[in-house]
Amino acid sequence: MSDLLEVEGLTAGYHGVPVLHGIDLRVPAGTICAVLGANGAGKTTLLRALSGLIRPSTGRIAFDGADLGDLATERLVRRGIGHVPEGRGVIAELTVEENLMLGGAWRLGWAGVWGAARAGLRRDVAEVYQLFPPLAARRRQPGHQLSGGERQMLALGRALVGRPRLLLLDEPSLGLAPRVVAQTMALLRQLCEQTRLTVLLVEQNVRSALSIADQGVVMSLGRVVAAGDARRLADDADLRHAYLGF
Amino acid sequence: MDRFLFLTVDGLTHGAVYSAFALALVLIWRGTRIVNFAQGVLAVATSYLAYTVTGRSGSYWLGFLAALLAGLVLGAVVERLVMHRVAGAPPLNAVIVALGLVLVVQGVLGMIYGNQYLPFPAPFDRSAMTVGGVPLVSRFDLFVFGTVVLLMIVLALLFTRTAIGLRMRAAAFAPSVARLLGVRVGRMLTLGWALAALVGALAGMLVIPTGLGLHPTAMDTVFVSAFTAVVVGGLDSPAGAVVGGMLVGLVLSYVAGYLGAGTAPLAVLALLVVVLLVRPAGLFSGPQARRV
Repeated sequence: MSDLLEVEGLTAGYHGVPVLHGIDLRVPAGTICAVLGANGAGKTTLLRALSGLIRPSTGRIAFDGADLGDLATERLVRRGIGHVPEGRGVIAELTVEENLMLGGAWRLGWAGVWGAARAGLRRDVAEVYQLFPPLAARRRQPGHQLSGGERQMLALGRALVGRPRLLLLDEPSLGLAPRVVAQTMALLRQLCEQTRLTVLLVEQNVRSALSIADQGVVMSLGRVVAAGDARRLADDADLRHAYLGF
Repeated sequence: MDRFLFLTVDGLTHGAVYSAFALALVLIWRGTRIVNFAQGVLAVATSYLAYTVTGRSGSYWLGFLAALLAGLVLGAVVERLVMHRVAGAPPLNAVIVALGLVLVVQGVLGMIYGNQYLPFPAPFDRSAMTVGGVPLVSRFDLFVFGTVVLLMIVLALLFTRTAIGLRMRAAAFAPSVARLLGVRVGRMLTLGWALAALVGALAGMLVIPTGLGLHPTAMDTVFVSAFTAVVVGGLDSPAGAVVGGMLVGLVLSYVAGYLGAGTAPLAVLALLVVVLLVRPAGLFSGPQARRV
């Protein structure tokens, strides 16, 4: 299985202070990779570096075999990298439908009023409504009227409308009821199997993440301290006690 | 009653222009959190260009078109070359830069065209037509009102029915999220400035023929009225800008008509103070978040 994402010696941080120290990571296409670790391990910073929100100071990021260099976030989206940030990033002032359309609006031209591209976007939005029926019922409501679970559906659905090949998900279970977390995780697994979507999943909910992941990466203080098969990581008692807290 | 009707129509016509100008201020505020104090002088600059083009070509409409195009370009240039550099800086920086721009542009216009009032033509007759025995509305008033209504419709369609409008709104509401969704936020902000300057240029073309004429400071009082309209309606609210503009237009017209033109500026200030005391965020502001 070929690697969709390759990260080598990645160092990045904020205002000249490194948070990530020489991260190496390989994620095969069509798999889920769980990124685990305590608060401050650098998980969110890793996602931000991968989606171009912060510039790496050293290292290499390759996507589908091509070096990403200094590509801006907007261009990475066009290459197929979607990022659902922590807190979901639902735009409260826009309606559910507008949030979803925005996910693929980059595919439209300047006006984007009509044409094949808009029809395609409408189809993608309709597919999201099939995937998340509660969103269809609330399509005209502004984002701020949604519950936490609905916001999570919207954020995930909006990212899918952008047709990503690699989805970076930051704490999708945060603040959600266990039942909703289980549904979300099951859906991610299903999407990977059906569409060959690749997911890099940052999670505090270690058990849930490892239950659906193919592989895992454990981070501590900006370094990868363990990596490998998800089931093997879950079965490693020493690792669980030292870094994963269960 | 006849006088009241006349003053109402006059107030609504002027109010329509204030609404358009206020809308230009709201467009920029929503995208950048900057009150563009240079909006008025940019509109004056485009009107001077229209004056030159009309003078040389003999066509008012060619000048009108030139003003709108110049507004579009000028707005983009000002954003890219000047305001872009103070983005993210403390809010006062942008205010000072905008005020500096006002002085520079007014100075340059004065050097090129002189500081006397130049006669600025109206495309239609400005004498009031009589309706039911009452001199009520001129053809130019109808042109102003129709143009502003058309502008409102076009802007509403742009922002609610097109992908570019959706991207502009997303860039204004949540730039960091918009970026993650592939929106080129910088371009959207430039486009927002260009659009706002175009709207300002249009407002200038509609209001300058009703005043003393063309002068580097011709839009100063219009700016104050439009700014009051924005505060009345709420800086974040396009609908508020429209209603605020109409309200200011009516207040100015009634006060000038019944109490004398000299008291009109005081009435605008009084309206401003009342709104700031009773509802500081404006009549159309949404619920305010409070950090606890």
